[in-house]
Amino acid sequence: MTVQQAATRGPAARAAVPVPPGARGPLSRAVVETLTGGPPGPSDALGAVASADPYGEDLQLALHTCFELHYRGFAGVDPDREWDPDLLRLRGAMEAVFLDALRRDADLRDPSDVDGALDELLVEPVDGHGVTHHLQDEGERWHLLEHAAHRSVYHLKEADPHAWVVPRLRGRAKTALVAVQHDEFGGGRPEMIHQGLYADLLDDLGLDASYGGYVDAAPAVTLATVNMMSMFGLRRSLRGALVGHFAAAEITTAPSARRMARALERLGGGPRALRFYTEHIEADAVHEQVLRYDVIGGLLADEPDLAPDVVLGIRATNLLEDRLAGHLLGCWRADRTSLRRPLPGTVGR
Amino acid sequence: MTSNAERPKGTRVRVVPGGPVLVEGPVEVVLDDGSTVTSDRFLVALCACRRSRAFPFCDTSHRRRVRSGAPDDKERPAAD
Ligand SMILES: [Fe+2]
Ligand SMILES: [Fe+2]
Repeated sequence: MTVQQAATRGPAARAAVPVPPGARGPLSRAVVETLTGGPPGPSDALGAVASADPYGEDLQLALHTCFELHYRGFAGVDPDREWDPDLLRLRGAMEAVFLDALRRDADLRDPSDVDGALDELLVEPVDGHGVTHHLQDEGERWHLLEHAAHRSVYHLKEADPHAWVVPRLRGRAKTALVAVQHDEFGGGRPEMIHQGLYADLLDDLGLDASYGGYVDAAPAVTLATVNMMSMFGLRRSLRGALVGHFAAAEITTAPSARRMARALERLGGGPRALRFYTEHIEADAVHEQVLRYDVIGGLLADEPDLAPDVVLGIRATNLLEDRLAGHLLGCWRADRTSLRRPLPGTVGR
Repeated sequence: MTSNAERPKGTRVRVVPGGPVLVEGPVEVVLDDGSTVTSDRFLVALCACRRSRAFPFCDTSHRRRVRSGAPDDKERPAAD
């Protein structure tokens, strides 16, 4: 999604509505053309869904574009397209392909063992070699900038996908989830909303802080991590998976945020960039406890049958994060951009 | 964060086994040297293992450490 150059900084950029993305194949082309009033309807694309790569560029961008109608929509696109029956039918078919792939590829050997799946996340490698370890210890500045661009697809809408689950919860789980969300949305202080702290980080690093600014540059492996959240959030039937995903994310972020703060210090990030990660070190140490004991605990007390969905949410998060990490580290080791097009002035070495 | 339907009779505190002490915020913590630090989070995680680099607040440093390459050395997002 490209936005006008003049609007990549400051409040105007943050309020901007993206334009529809550039298509990456027949499915995303059908969605974009439907949104922009082009001739072929999405019904023609329906037949192509079953044979599409569930993790491929075309299907993931098409899904991302359909989901975006539920967030901020697109400039020049009728907001009521959100409920276009043809688009919903196509989206449903694509979601089914994606969800089948997640169920097939995620580690679901102990499909009801929520505690086991969470306990696995509660350990720290002595000398890890993930993306945040790389950025902390040896990564170059252009790796850090690319990482920031990838993550902007989510963090500029941070916590929005999880808001959809609120009416699907009750009692203790609902109270606790909303308490965490209150923090995510700034705790009553607009200047502290995490989405805004991330825009500050992008600004600080000289990157485009406009909402959706890096969607066109983001490969499917990145879009998939966000599409998973949108799908889990929008489907009441997957409320258990949304909660499992949210818990997995909150549990694993505090130590990673510490490494990112060190990476920013080492690679010349300013205070506004650091703030996003230093805030998350302490915030997520609290959020993890609330998610685990009160949100998951409360949900499973109400609906014990949802345990396998909670495990799915945790394990699908692991799967997609591992795929993204493999992509980023693989590209950087080969001195290749990890984006679909390199950031200006940062093409490898 | 109530774990039963009763209204708490005082400030509710939860001790997480092997983890932090959770206290309803806001709190003012008095340190050994008499200085104070405050946190206005709805829930504050106080470090009980003394390993936190954000002491007196928890930064998850209490976690069990494993060899890298172990099956549970996984990649994760860095904020949420
Ligand atoms: Fe956050
Ligand atoms: Fe969080």
